[in-house]
Amino acid sequence: MTATMEPALEVGKARLRKEDARLLTGRTKWTENIVLPGMLHLAILRSPHAHARIARIDVSAAKAADNVVTAFTGADVAETQGVLACAWPVTEDIVMPMYTPLAVTEVRHVGEPVAVVVARDRASAADALELIEVDYEPLPVVLDMEAALAEDSALVHADSGTNRCYTWVFDAEAAGAGGAMPQEAEVVIKRRYVQQRLIPSFMEPRSVVVDPTGDEITLYSATQIPHILRFLLAATTGTPEHKIRVVAPDVGGGFGGKIGATPEEWIAFCAAKMLGRPVKYTESRSETMVSAHHGRDVIQDLTLYANRDGTVTGLDVKLIANMGAYLGLITPGVPLLGAFMYNGIYKFPAYRFECSGVFTNTTKTDAYRGAGRPEATYGIERIMDELAVEVGLDPVEVRRLNWIKHEEFPFSTVAGLVYDSGNYEAATDKALQILGYDELRNEQATRRVNQDKVQLGIGISTYTEMCGIAPSRILGALRFAAGGWESASIRMLPTGKVEVMTGTSPHGQGHETAWSQIVADQLGVPFDDVEVLHGDTRTSVKGLDTYGSRSLAVGGIALVMACEKVREKAQKVAAHLLECSPDDLEFSDGAFRVSGTPEASKTIADCSAAVFVAHNIPDGMEPTLDSEATFDPSTFSFPHGTHLCATDVDTETGEVSIRRYVAVDDVGKVINPLIVEGQVHGGVAQGIAQALFEEAVYDAEGNLLTGSFADYTLPSAFDLPDIISDRTETPATSNPLGVKGVGEAGTIASTPAVVNAIVDALRPLGVNDVPMPCTPERVWRAVREASS
Amino acid sequence: MPRVTVTVDGARYTDDVPARTLLVHYLRDNLGKIGTVVGCDTGNCGACTVHLTDSDGVPRAVKSCSVLAVQADGAQVSTVESLGGEHPMQRAFHEQHALQCGFCTPGMMMAAVDLLRDNPDPTDAEIREGLEGNLCRCTGYQNIVRAVRAAAAEMRNSPQEETPAAVPAQTAPADTEVTV
Repeated sequence: MTATMEPALEVGKARLRKEDARLLTGRTKWTENIVLPGMLHLAILRSPHAHARIARIDVSAAKAADNVVTAFTGADVAETQGVLACAWPVTEDIVMPMYTPLAVTEVRHVGEPVAVVVARDRASAADALELIEVDYEPLPVVLDMEAALAEDSALVHADSGTNRCYTWVFDAEAAGAGGAMPQEAEVVIKRRYVQQRLIPSFMEPRSVVVDPTGDEITLYSATQIPHILRFLLAATTGTPEHKIRVVAPDVGGGFGGKIGATPEEWIAFCAAKMLGRPVKYTESRSETMVSAHHGRDVIQDLTLYANRDGTVTGLDVKLIANMGAYLGLITPGVPLLGAFMYNGIYKFPAYRFECSGVFTNTTKTDAYRGAGRPEATYGIERIMDELAVEVGLDPVEVRRLNWIKHEEFPFSTVAGLVYDSGNYEAATDKALQILGYDELRNEQATRRVNQDKVQLGIGISTYTEMCGIAPSRILGALRFAAGGWESASIRMLPTGKVEVMTGTSPHGQGHETAWSQIVADQLGVPFDDVEVLHGDTRTSVKGLDTYGSRSLAVGGIALVMACEKVREKAQKVAAHLLECSPDDLEFSDGAFRVSGTPEASKTIADCSAAVFVAHNIPDGMEPTLDSEATFDPSTFSFPHGTHLCATDVDTETGEVSIRRYVAVDDVGKVINPLIVEGQVHGGVAQGIAQALFEEAVYDAEGNLLTGSFADYTLPSAFDLPDIISDRTETPATSNPLGVKGVGEAGTIASTPAVVNAIVDALRPLGVNDVPMPCTPERVWRAVREASS
Repeated sequence: MPRVTVTVDGARYTDDVPARTLLVHYLRDNLGKIGTVVGCDTGNCGACTVHLTDSDGVPRAVKSCSVLAVQADGAQVSTVESLGGEHPMQRAFHEQHALQCGFCTPGMMMAAVDLLRDNPDPTDAEIREGLEGNLCRCTGYQNIVRAVRAAAAEMRNSPQEETPAAVPAQTAPADTEVTV
């Protein structure tokens, strides 16, 4: 029997969010709001040098200051502070340097923690930091990735003998997924694109509270990954896993930036354990900027081979990826998440990918919204535009010529993935129609003829991505240390209310609302009767947390499976109560009904009450409807879509103004269209921000020049356009909900759409690239250089 | 230590505070007004926005990270709690899905209420310009603009709602369904 989803379905409704009530009234449980009896405040002294030996540290004056409980250095806690693990050794010979929470002998980036003060209050802790004396002996600073790979370069980690972290290769021919790379072609296009360094910039600064009172240690953290943290704390600090509880309370955004085992969490854990008292650390934004991981920072060298008619015959990709000074949780693996995506939505016969990771004296990089896939999409979508120009085709037509047609799914790609479904024609046609593509092309032609000062550009981005991270076996084959399953469990309360424990860990996504909608349909209970619990390893015991647009496509399926188990048990109880065979029952409109006698019925709530009293349930049946399920996907999901951007570009001032932005996304079946639209809006905004505004910049000594929100130019409402968002719906065939994931789509799609539009506007002036972010100065320079 | 007397969300408080104490820390650490949060240390993000009466007694949006607690002596402060739970701005943010993680939301709403006090019927462009000092990383701002527009329409029709209630009601906006 299956749940027949007939009338009044919750799934698909634009339900307003359950989460909002507390967020709108200031009753939110941010980690920084937690105050515990006896709680102390921790402050961290950070390195002002990008690379230096620590010759001497003296914390004695800090220790003696008023209100200070203790002060310590990395050397003081060398045996107890644990290490920060990297979970993705992508090759056998990868260089994985020792990474300790507090530096012990050497600092390797500005902002690296070197000493700690714990005091009665925040101000006293901060004051005492100034009393710590450190003698640094500066060492040569390595910043430029290509220079770092030269034979004679200074080294970030002297004992490793190289700045090369790894070189990872995917060769489609060797993998049996494609043919040989062409030796020559009618058209060969070589381009270098630079993915600038970005800072994720979640709005809630990271915060951690560690409570060692009682028989276990509880770590509250503004994190995306409470379950992974618990495992890692146990694996690296000597505290047994069953004595550690990790709680992610309300978390104010992450975007990948809160996936990590961070120095600050480990330091607070170490201090609380040592002192036996609760300890709180909340970073300032300036600390976030230098210490929380950064994103992107990849040099992309692409070579595209094609026939004169525009058919691509091969793609060769060589990347250099900046690791920063240390390896975070998945730092080396981020480019690999893009390795299978450079071929995008296209049918390429040959493909080769190579990435070298490089150490530099900078803040470590790691996942940032899209992680690898925005880079891949940018690379392919930019160079497809270059191909269009080279062969004299409209950029839409060159894509049509090469993309996978909707009747060709499932399709095995040259990168070795099987795309289960998609309809690129439908999404593109819809986007073109909404944008008014032909009219805008006509207007563009007129303005070009008139040599208008302000030129019009139209940018196209036809993207796909891999979501639903991830099939555990594939992760294993890629040398990732963990699996990719997700877990859900359901507790049926005596009154018929439902408690859902999910292993996903939302931080703005609205799982409480969307999961309630799924459960309401699956169990036939009211939306408001479902309570979704998450982010606490004591209640949501099992999980692998939230990142990579995985929560719905993996966690949502675990939830459906858990509901099915509840229904199966309830069906036996209902049959017993109705004195019929379970096979005579059908589940519709929220109740089990006897076929042919629909007035004889029992709801899940009836069954839940029956097992609670347990007076009259089937012989031998356990008196519970509760269930647990774990889902390990067999494949990824592949959202896709077409984003179009029309920009005005002032050829004299370099100013770029987005005139119209159309996003048509196909994320499969939609649980809540309101939430999906919100994810698209926010994702597109972040992608536009990469294209136009944001860049983390270091000076020659390795100081982060964009070390605050005054310098790192996050867009405001004034800087961003309205997005016209629409959808096509091609259900995923790889999961029972038909869902694909939406968290990263907007960010992946939008960056190349915007830059393609800018370059398109300037093409008649001889411009074929503008480096990101395309600030007025950079656009102006590109125009000047092309005309000189 | 200087003494401050300040009325916050309708209740009067008197405290001795170190002169360097920021208003936002006084609100959070001394008064437990945890709806007001700190998002940066340069006055750029606006997450800490509250209303503070000026010398004429007129409430103005301020970034409470950029005001000393002693500067609020004798003044009235309204935090997000003053909106109660049924304020048109809160309803509009809920109904228009103008928040995701919600960290910027209290400051964003307080800035928006202040904006509408000066300009009860702003255009989208005026809303975007008026909220320039408040950063949001989740929404792309589109639904925030939509929410402020919706709240403005409602508040023009019932002007008494313009002034935040003095006493927090602590009730949640009703969950209803909308069609998009």
